[in-house]
Amino acid sequence: MLGLGRFRGGVHPKGHKEPTRVNSILTNPPLPPMLYLPLCQHSGDDALPLVSIGERVLKGQKIACADGRMSANVHAPTSGVIRDIRAITMPHPSGLPARAILLEPDGQEEWVELTPPADPYAIPQEELAGLVEEAGIVGMGGAIFPAAIKLRQGRRYEIKTLIVNGSECEPFLTTDDRLMCERAEEIIEGTKLVRHIIEAYRAVIAVEDNKPEAIAALKKAAEGIGSIEIAVVPARYPMGSAKQLIQAITGQEVPAGKRSNDIGVLVHNVATVYAIQQALVYGKPLISRITTVGGDCIRSPRNVEALLGTPVQYLFDVCGGLLETPSRLLMGGPMMGQVLPTTDTPMIKGSSGLLALTKREVNEHVPDPCIRCARCVNACPMGLLPLEMANGAKRDDFDAANDAGLKDCILCGSCAYVCPSHIPLVQYFEYAKGELRDRRAETDKLALTKTLTEAKTARVEAEKAAKEAAKAAKEAAKAAKAAKKKADAEKKAAAKKAAEEAAAATPPESAGVAGESTDQTILTQEEEQS
Amino acid sequence: MNGPVRGASPHAHDPSGVSMIMLQVCLALVPVTTWAFYLFGWPAVFVWILCISAAIASEALSLWLMQQPYSRLLDGSGLLTGWLLALTLPPWSPWWVAVGGAAFAIIIGKQIYGGIGQNIFNPALLARIALLISFPVPLTTWVAPQLYPGFMESLGIVFANAPLSELGADGVTGATWLGDSKAFVRAGGDMQEYMTTSFSLSDAFFGYSRGSMGEVSALLALLGGAYLMYRRIISWHIPLSLLGTVALLAVIGHQANAAAFAPLQFHLLSGGLILGAFFYATDYVTTPSSRSGQILFGIGSGILIYSIRSWGGFPEAVAFGILMMNALTPLIDRVTRPRVYGRNRQGNAIKHVSAQRRVN
Ligand code: SF4
Ligand code: SF4
Repeated sequence: MLGLGRFRGGVHPKGHKEPTRVNSILTNPPLPPMLYLPLCQHSGDDALPLVSIGERVLKGQKIACADGRMSANVHAPTSGVIRDIRAITMPHPSGLPARAILLEPDGQEEWVELTPPADPYAIPQEELAGLVEEAGIVGMGGAIFPAAIKLRQGRRYEIKTLIVNGSECEPFLTTDDRLMCERAEEIIEGTKLVRHIIEAYRAVIAVEDNKPEAIAALKKAAEGIGSIEIAVVPARYPMGSAKQLIQAITGQEVPAGKRSNDIGVLVHNVATVYAIQQALVYGKPLISRITTVGGDCIRSPRNVEALLGTPVQYLFDVCGGLLETPSRLLMGGPMMGQVLPTTDTPMIKGSSGLLALTKREVNEHVPDPCIRCARCVNACPMGLLPLEMANGAKRDDFDAANDAGLKDCILCGSCAYVCPSHIPLVQYFEYAKGELRDRRAETDKLALTKTLTEAKTARVEAEKAAKEAAKAAKEAAKAAKAAKKKADAEKKAAAKKAAEEAAAATPPESAGVAGESTDQTILTQEEEQS
Repeated sequence: MNGPVRGASPHAHDPSGVSMIMLQVCLALVPVTTWAFYLFGWPAVFVWILCISAAIASEALSLWLMQQPYSRLLDGSGLLTGWLLALTLPPWSPWWVAVGGAAFAIIIGKQIYGGIGQNIFNPALLARIALLISFPVPLTTWVAPQLYPGFMESLGIVFANAPLSELGADGVTGATWLGDSKAFVRAGGDMQEYMTTSFSLSDAFFGYSRGSMGEVSALLALLGGAYLMYRRIISWHIPLSLLGTVALLAVIGHQANAAAFAPLQFHLLSGGLILGAFFYATDYVTTPSSRSGQILFGIGSGILIYSIRSWGGFPEAVAFGILMMNALTPLIDRVTRPRVYGRNRQGNAIKHVSAQRRVN
């Protein structure tokens, strides 16, 4: 049994945090000439634009509305004119285009009228969750999962522990660190609000021990407010992963295939909690975020509080520009972040960091054969056998890979980080997971076809029954004109019943169920990196 | 600006590398080896050079045959295998023992299985045992330390098989303590008597004795092992469980029958046990990957080594013990898989009380 504050495995990557942690957050950088606001900055479907080209919008105005449960609203980060709604290169390794609203700031910074609740504690919790949803808040640690869904989920469970994740274990990133140092009171207030919404018994803000300033600031802010604990956890990657953090704080493990809700725990990132506080206290929607602009290629790396949609290149320029051509551009941290195809892509809700790394920082090598050194096994926080998983994936034997632990892999990269042979283990895992997903989609499709066929048979039978009923009714009518009224009524009822039966068996319902279960898997997946 | 799109996460890596690891192990072997050169003179140097060059040459040959990139030569594993083999050989071995052994270690011991990371047995030990079985005489000819033949004379010893007696020294060759004590007890002698008359604790510890190049100095082997643990190249699990097991059995055996079973210090300090525990039993490729598996491996090797020493026919207990456990490694790996987060040992999800609120 591991003690509190512990989890199995893990690694100690070089922090690279000093350059950005020492400077305060740069707020209000000059307005960029154009903001690019992707309609999809969250895990669900694209939001639907509510504005037309040429329209003037105010700061904080909703310009696109969520389409479906997993989607999120988009708000104008500043006042200005909508110039276009078109496809742009997304901050995603694929570099595939997706639709975005182009907003040209007019420099007025004119706010819409904000309508915060007078006393957030006085209104029903469901409504508070609604306000969070309205504000377009998603998981800001990179999970980009709509925050309101998590709050509502939380209400359906008896949450014993709310964990506010301020561990920030990724190298280079210091956004949460600076946020906790500079805005500790807001975070404490946000924690209180979230705790209130989900009615958690206990709220813990978990911070890694390499952030003494943040710990001190939070402790000071939490003074006198009972019921909010500041937990200092050892600095070890991946402490910020929900499963590992839950284990470190509560000593419990999330059972395989379950979510943290099931054991009465909910994890929210500090930046998300801050955004929730801003929404519920000031009525401000999510229009900006703090991001670490870092890496040795950046002349003066620091944290910037920038408007969503600001181009990455613009942020690099704000930080003094590039010293050399980066070996790799990243959104997020180096352990789990995504490669950016270009700097001509906007910062979005999930951009916790924008890094321009040198060759030395990336330290990439041609892979050698595995020497069975077992470092990956010892580093894996999930207790898996990365070398066996990679072997399975390499042979396209995905079942073997799954048995060796692929199904439990959180893609944290600890194994690949320590592998002396520089084997791109995570690449194998992503490949295998992708293949398995495709395979599952294939079976789902088969299942759907089966339900459709069954539905059709049912409908045909129902129609037949209806016809027979009608026929019977007709005969009855023929037989006795006196009973005409009654027969008519019967006919109607039979037809209605048949129609209802047919409706019940039609696909939309079953598709809805399938959609639900997909959501559930996404929920489980997304949660891992909250 | 367009960035180079490439690579899956992580986009950072710790500074380790395969060749770094191999070179660290070689570095840890330097004290033992230097001591062997000092004790046994030029012939030992020649044997060492021969083993290493033959190992690297065999590696190159295999890579050429299997059409693999020659850059693999730089991973240092060939160098290390040759070096480890040299340390198991009698310091005045003839050249063909060194060259043949190294070629066997690399080609049969490693490359036949598919190269680095694929072999089942520790290549150096496998070659050592193959040599012992094929050529028992040169492989059990142990010279006394500090004889110092001249350079030309040494060339003769290694390359021309010059008869050792020509050196004119009496008692030039003989058995190691382990072999000697065994013969002594078997001939009806009392182990305790042997200990007092023939064995010298300090000589065994500091390394003045007959033996293979690497086995003579327990102190320097320990030093190298400590360095490897300090650099986290190896963990304590295998060496300490192995040494602990042998120590425990030695104490029990000696308590039970002091006349037949050697005492603790004799077991620990002779026959290259410490060198074996830190350098041969910790070979990544041929030992278990989980911590608990490593402990099992250590205990198993310890039991085998003690048993072979006490009751077996060969004095080469360390090599045999480790090789036998190498064969069991896949099995050990299977039974000592780490428990997966959120699952029990059987691989099923752990039980929990659902926190779901009752929906009326
Ligand atoms: S860390 Fe790399 S070399 Fe070592 S066992 Fe794992 S995959 Fe093989
Ligand atoms: S990426 Fe997967 S296998 Fe590798 S350390 Fe993380 S959880 Fe373990």
